[in-house]
Amino acid sequence: MSQLLPPGFFTATVPLNAYLILSAILFAIGACGFLFRKNIITIYMCIELMLNAVNLSFVTFSYQFGKVDGQIYSFFVMVVAAAEAAVGLAIILTIFRNCGTLQIDEIDSLKN
Amino acid sequence: MDVLLFTFFALVAIVGAVNLVLQKHPISSALSLVSVMVALSVLFLLLGAEFIAAAQLVVYSGAIMVLFVFVIMLLNSGAELESRKAGLAQFLGLPLTAALLVFASYVITQSMSNAKAVKFGAFTGGGPREVGWALFTQYLLPFEVTSILILVAIAGAVVLARKEID
Amino acid sequence: MDFILLSILKTAIAAPVLLGTLAYLVWIERKVLAHVQLRIGPSRVGPHGLLQPIADAIKLLTKEDFIPSYVNKFYYWLAPWLALMFAVTAISVIPIGPIVEVFGIKTNMGQADISIGLLLILGLTGMGVYGIALAGWSSNNKYSLLGGLRSSAQMIAYELPMAVAIASPLLIVNTLNLREIVNAQAGYTFGILPNWTVLGGGLQIFSFLIYLTCAFAETNRIPFDLPEAENELVGGYNTEYSSMKFAAFFMAEYCNIITACAVATTLFLGGWHPLIPNELGGQFIPTLVCLFFAGVLFYHALNPSRPSDRLSMGIIGAVILGLGLMFQVPGLKDLAQPLFWFASKAGFLIFLMIWVRGTVPRFRYDQLMRFAWLFLFPAALLNLLVTAFIVALKSN
Repeated sequence: MSQLLPPGFFTATVPLNAYLILSAILFAIGACGFLFRKNIITIYMCIELMLNAVNLSFVTFSYQFGKVDGQIYSFFVMVVAAAEAAVGLAIILTIFRNCGTLQIDEIDSLKN
Repeated sequence: MDVLLFTFFALVAIVGAVNLVLQKHPISSALSLVSVMVALSVLFLLLGAEFIAAAQLVVYSGAIMVLFVFVIMLLNSGAELESRKAGLAQFLGLPLTAALLVFASYVITQSMSNAKAVKFGAFTGGGPREVGWALFTQYLLPFEVTSILILVAIAGAVVLARKEID
Repeated sequence: MDFILLSILKTAIAAPVLLGTLAYLVWIERKVLAHVQLRIGPSRVGPHGLLQPIADAIKLLTKEDFIPSYVNKFYYWLAPWLALMFAVTAISVIPIGPIVEVFGIKTNMGQADISIGLLLILGLTGMGVYGIALAGWSSNNKYSLLGGLRSSAQMIAYELPMAVAIASPLLIVNTLNLREIVNAQAGYTFGILPNWTVLGGGLQIFSFLIYLTCAFAETNRIPFDLPEAENELVGGYNTEYSSMKFAAFFMAEYCNIITACAVATTLFLGGWHPLIPNELGGQFIPTLVCLFFAGVLFYHALNPSRPSDRLSMGIIGAVILGLGLMFQVPGLKDLAQPLFWFASKAGFLIFLMIWVRGTVPRFRYDQLMRFAWLFLFPAALLNLLVTAFIVALKSN
């Protein structure tokens, strides 16, 4: 049965740079979404995507240095993201109640 | 096996992220983000960070994204409308992002030339015992400060989302 | 490679057993509920209604699976499978027996032995909220949306006291691996009191009760089943579902019940360890219990209340007698006896859930949420504080 699989199937390893490049790709996609989308909740979700990409980066470096500190920072990022999500969504609810819309193009009462 | 798992879940994460940006209705974006988070949780497991993988599932995809999904369902504002985009940004946006990515990847690979290879099971310092030990000895002050931050956030969310009593 | 093949074999054995257990759990619930309410329950399809689950399965499979035109088709299709997927995955990490050696292969009686098993179960039950919320929203219907949101809010509210109640025995057993948790509850204090977390191992009775209450709420059982009561919200989030998709929700709910009771057994009741130690005759208890039930069935076969009872009770009595004798066969003893203890403890908790369903009225929604936030959560925190205090004092 093991002959059906390519040699080195169980011993091949992934280079660390692959994880870092994946983190960069996810961050870039999040930044694109943040700049191009108009719905305020989608923009907020792109922020969460960027935070997740940074978490992946932290954990990767924790593996590289063999210490647990990167994971602790990742843990704090998660906690702060949770607090931020709660307050941010409450603010979005208030904006929806006052302006009636979630498109950020239309929330322009401070524009000249 | 590691390579197969990594490529599969990295592809799931990237497809989910692209779907998040391209979908019109916020709920589809929210569910794509949940799939990205689950894929990232598996990648954390491959990197030996067991506790953070479980915390990602419990906190991020099980609580924060549920909050997002709730707010989207309650507000029910429907799919996003097409709006006029800036002319130059439409053409330059994606190529510039791709160029930035290539540059970032080049810088990363050049500077991390002594990077270890990631083997599942090579790093055993990510279990709950080690994370808990570090949290309660070396990082005790940030831990307590973040708990006060969460208290403030709870109070803020309750005050902001309350209906006006007139 | 061996690990992958072994896992596939274990899944192939466990999946039909799980599905069969789910189907017959429905039968057990209907029969027990009926006898609590002084009626008979299913009794026409097969002897004593034993073929009723098969009839239900055929009905659900052959019903017309129509999709209303106003629903959001992709999420309408996705929601039941999400709910079922997370419910069934959570069962796979629970160990039902010790490490055994079958045909020369040493393996543990459980699908996966994960060092953070308990956290994973918490995470997977938290992800089960998505199936319900999506079902309520995609049905495009006021009642479904309200039912789905209420049910999700209830599940989230009760996850907190559940997690804090789970943390108390964890302080005593010092590990998150479910197998290690059960191993830490082996042995007997004073030779007779088992070292289960709820008895000799730490007297975590309060945590056990809080966990059980939260398990009732997580699985949407009475007294917390307002979101899916028929006379409240027309059926809640599964109003618009029929046939296969409804069956998926149904199976997901019963899987959640089995998971909650199995986790309670592992964490509080000592998993597969016997109640009475082997020196005092504990190894004969499974056989004695089976002999007792076989005796009752043979008595009813000899004085039948229905003519067909002679045959059906006789056959079932003989089967249970054979099972009881099998518990003493030296080769199968190590395999079957832990399984008996685990199944009987989890089965007792499931029976408790069904018993409570037939006995207690349901909470109103605001009473339910108030109970979670204003009573259960502070109680669980207080319990954790007292346990931590005692553990700290003992370790000095």
